[in-house]
Amino acid sequence: MSNVVELHSVVALIGNYPALVDLSLTVAEREFLLLRGANGAGKSTLLHLCAGLRKLSTGTAHILGHCLHTHSTRVRCNVALLGHDSALYSELTAFENLQFWTKIARVGESCVPEALERLAINRKLWHLPVRKLSAGQRRRVAFAAVVARRPQLWLLDEPCAGLDSRSRQLIRDIVEEATQAGATVIMASHEVGVVERLAERTITLQRGTILKDESLEEEEKVPVPAKGRKAKGR
Amino acid sequence: MSSIFTLAYDAYLVASKDLLIEWRSRSTTTQTVPFALIVLTLFGFAFSSNRLTLQIVTPGLFWMTLMFVSVFATQNSNSAEASDGARRMLLLSGMSPAAAFIGKTCAVSCKLLAVEILLIPGVMLLYDARILSWQMIFTTCICATTGLASAASLLGAVTSDTQQRHTLLPILLLPVATPILIAATKAFDATLGIAAINGWAWVSLLVACTAINSTVGALIYGTLID
Repeated sequence: MSNVVELHSVVALIGNYPALVDLSLTVAEREFLLLRGANGAGKSTLLHLCAGLRKLSTGTAHILGHCLHTHSTRVRCNVALLGHDSALYSELTAFENLQFWTKIARVGESCVPEALERLAINRKLWHLPVRKLSAGQRRRVAFAAVVARRPQLWLLDEPCAGLDSRSRQLIRDIVEEATQAGATVIMASHEVGVVERLAERTITLQRGTILKDESLEEEEKVPVPAKGRKAKGR
Repeated sequence: MSSIFTLAYDAYLVASKDLLIEWRSRSTTTQTVPFALIVLTLFGFAFSSNRLTLQIVTPGLFWMTLMFVSVFATQNSNSAEASDGARRMLLLSGMSPAAAFIGKTCAVSCKLLAVEILLIPGVMLLYDARILSWQMIFTTCICATTGLASAASLLGAVTSDTQQRHTLLPILLLPVATPILIAATKAFDATLGIAAINGWAWVSLLVACTAINSTVGALIYGTLID
């Protein structure tokens, strides 16, 4: 089984602040990796980095076989990132939003009703402007946009935030189906819910480094350099 | 050839999406049309005692109004992308940044042209302006509008993530738009019979400025939004 994510000694800065410090990680195809850690531990930065949306300061990174330094655009075409925000146009309807993203991604338009139905979004809501939907409904529409794109790598940042138990169960089923169909899933979450329990491997981040990799069942504390937290010149 | 078709199709998708958002929200129309009409009316009153001066300043006034309208239109267009992380999705779509730039420029141009369609009869009515060449008016409007929209879309991408975007965009746009404003004003001078000059020479300058703005924009837009 090939590796979908290969990071070696990666350092990523947000301004002068090192959000990821000397981080090395490999994620295999079809793996479901759960990222844990306190606020500011680097979970979202890691997801953005894997999506090709954040540049590396040092280190090497290959996502889906493409080098992030040189081919970040190719990486972006094959990943989907569900962030904290819904990434939907509030004046467009749920259907129009998904139609726009699927047309751009050159995915067949038949995926749109399929995805909306898969997320159990009531047909009456399909043609309402997104601004009129509740937060949970918007979250499900945003997840439907990920499902409709059928990416190879799913990057989910707190996907269950604001969702009821039925929706969480639905997302668990979809994630399970996606990994069975060959997709790789990396999910950041604080919770220990139904979706999180599905993860076959859990990585705990602390201050931008890997504190614990539970699939290896060993706790490896990475020492944080005394002067290493602040970049030079800050 | 297929890459040009893809670029055109993606640009069409972005432009139609922006125009659909505008049609639903009417955010630009409700801001810009009253603004443009108020400017015309106020200047009409201010120079009412001197019709000749009013006719001389008409072209400059028209294009300055259009420049400020382009600021509103661009800010609304960018706020739709920035409000809920939609720009991130645009980056992840794998779409060529040049297509996104062309699409945004086309959408802003359409909004500006709609305002121009209202402004030109307003100018003719309130300022007693007579148009000698509709062909030149049409060409000037198309070229200057595209040039303004491309400059505004490019600079809008630079300023959209800054806290001072509402003031920064006009400050940055004015120097870049100056050659377009001068050329468009001169071409209007010719077509309104205010100055006996070769208007088509100024239209040629407009075409050159628009081509430069559009090319530079298409080339660097990706770096700016990344």
